[in-house]
Amino acid sequence: MQAYTERIREAAKRLLSDGKVDVVIGFRKGTIPFMNEPYLAKTAEQVDQLVWDGNCGVNLANYLPKRTDRVAVVAKGCDSRNIVEHIVENQIKREQLHILGAPCKGMIDKRRIKAELKGKEPTSVEETEGEIEIKGRDLKLTLNRSDFLQENCAICIHRNPVLYDDLVGDLVEEQKDVDRYADVRQVEAMSTEEKWRHFDDLIAGCIRCYACRNACPACYCPTCFVDESRPQWVGKTIDPTDTRTFHFLRAYHLAGRCTDCGACERSCPVDIKMRQFTKKLEKDVKELFDYEAGINPEMRPALDFYRPDDPQAFIK
Amino acid sequence: MSEIYISKEKFPEVVGQLMSHGRVFGPVFQGQFHEFARLDKPEDIDLSFQNTRLSPKDLFHPHSERMFTYSLAKDDPERSILKEAPKDYSPSVVLGIRPCDAKAFQLDDRNFDTETIKDPWWVERRKTTTLVGLACNDPCNTCFCTSMETGPFDASGLDVLMVDVGDGYVARSVTDKGKECLSTLKGVQTVPAQAAEKEAQAKKAAEESMGQVLDMKPIYEKNTLELFHDPLWEEVHFSCINCGTCTFVCPTCWCFDIQDEVQGDSGERLRLWDSCMFPLFTFHGSGHNPRSQKIQRVRQRFMHKLKYYPEKYKDGPACVGCGRCVKGCPVNIDIRHVARLMAASCSCPA
Repeated sequence: MQAYTERIREAAKRLLSDGKVDVVIGFRKGTIPFMNEPYLAKTAEQVDQLVWDGNCGVNLANYLPKRTDRVAVVAKGCDSRNIVEHIVENQIKREQLHILGAPCKGMIDKRRIKAELKGKEPTSVEETEGEIEIKGRDLKLTLNRSDFLQENCAICIHRNPVLYDDLVGDLVEEQKDVDRYADVRQVEAMSTEEKWRHFDDLIAGCIRCYACRNACPACYCPTCFVDESRPQWVGKTIDPTDTRTFHFLRAYHLAGRCTDCGACERSCPVDIKMRQFTKKLEKDVKELFDYEAGINPEMRPALDFYRPDDPQAFIK
Repeated sequence: MSEIYISKEKFPEVVGQLMSHGRVFGPVFQGQFHEFARLDKPEDIDLSFQNTRLSPKDLFHPHSERMFTYSLAKDDPERSILKEAPKDYSPSVVLGIRPCDAKAFQLDDRNFDTETIKDPWWVERRKTTTLVGLACNDPCNTCFCTSMETGPFDASGLDVLMVDVGDGYVARSVTDKGKECLSTLKGVQTVPAQAAEKEAQAKKAAEESMGQVLDMKPIYEKNTLELFHDPLWEEVHFSCINCGTCTFVCPTCWCFDIQDEVQGDSGERLRLWDSCMFPLFTFHGSGHNPRSQKIQRVRQRFMHKLKYYPEKYKDGPACVGCGRCVKGCPVNIDIRHVARLMAASCSCPA
């Protein structure tokens, strides 16, 4: 995937010097292992900072809403789906965008790596097509890349961008026969009491920093419901009631909109698996409306569209 | 000053003795991370940690604190009178706290415990808590305490400093409170002769492993307004998503919000962590927001820690170099990089 770096820089330089775009949004190399930083390049010199590897998990569609300039943006499968969402929801215009599609084989989960390293710290990391080589003090380890992907990447069925102007690498084979909802079914099988306990445990560590909300490209409301102050809608304590209200409502705002890009879990400083909420909603929307978010810019989202042939009687 | 030696074999027993005198908090392994928590049994403590993911500031400044309760019942003669909510001030020991975190409490004292303003809960908790720290033999790659006027063996914020010398800990009191704490311990030994050398070696190795990664002097010398208007913030703020992670994991971020919650006839006044990263933090009743833009909020956090605070108090930065914000930031905004940009005052690449 590192070969993408050259292609991204090449395309970015061309687009900037031809005056096709004003800025390019990509990643620059992070200051610590397994992290890269979203980066806005405006000049050819800045373009040389752009990189690509398995640590580009942040969803760059998050940086698009309300932009008024012409933007080139590097987009993995999930980013491209959120770009489609933004277009459908009028957050950005297709004409403003030049999408540099980055077919993706999954992003590395730094938490899985951390667990594997058992307290040792990496100082240098080399990533190849299939392996991750990690070195540090008393540490030399080669890991199989596919065993250390973000959980959402491991079950991803849209690795190729769904919308793009250029590709920065060859299209990759999509994963087939993926069971996307094994964990959701486990929760569905629980009794009501068990579910309450399960979800309370799941969010117990929440410190209400809102990293999950802010990392999510689909969360772009000018004033989020948790920030409403006249009057205030939601309590801000870490009492379970307040924490639940936040997480449940956040998830429901994403019903039929979440692309399972994993940005929320990736950003959480206390490792909350909040995708369990959004995945259930994704599954419901798929089963009830046969709709997948962010696939087709021409299609209205499941929850703002009525079909006269809706199979369910209650709505008629 | 007194000093004792506790062998690792004896350590759980010593922890047990401390627990018999009061509450003991220490680093406990939870999931993938260590956090400070109250020990239920001596074995809960795990000192084989680098640093905890969250700072121990919530032991003194909890995320959600019930300050007062009150009644709003019409016929209640004490209607609308604030009554202090009960709090636990019983003696406690924070065992295994890192020198940087203890130093951070001293910085926080500037806000909660001054000659003119005393936050009663902070002050009381500080008074009844003994900080028994553990020197840092193995700093993280993200640590930079040595550049922030503290260090892996800095005892200045502690009551007792313990040093891991291999088969045991040398514990040395720093304050009278620390001395008293050590005097209660039974079955401990005198410090073996070779320990001093091991301590010195560990200190040297730990300090050298970090080195001096930042020079703060140019930041202090710069004109505040020039720094405020510098184009570097354009570059720094782009990736920020304005979550509160950096401020919530930070041991020196003390900002809070006060809210009343009322249900039926009774209410509570709460103090809750707040963050300068949130737009609501500076939202005025008038509807005006002096920091409505992300770039203003990002600049505020770094300027506060690295420029305003040192300028006001002339006593170093409001950062102890624990590196939690570096590790926790979901988009890799690195305060070391920002500080270097501030020192160089140009938006040139790293």
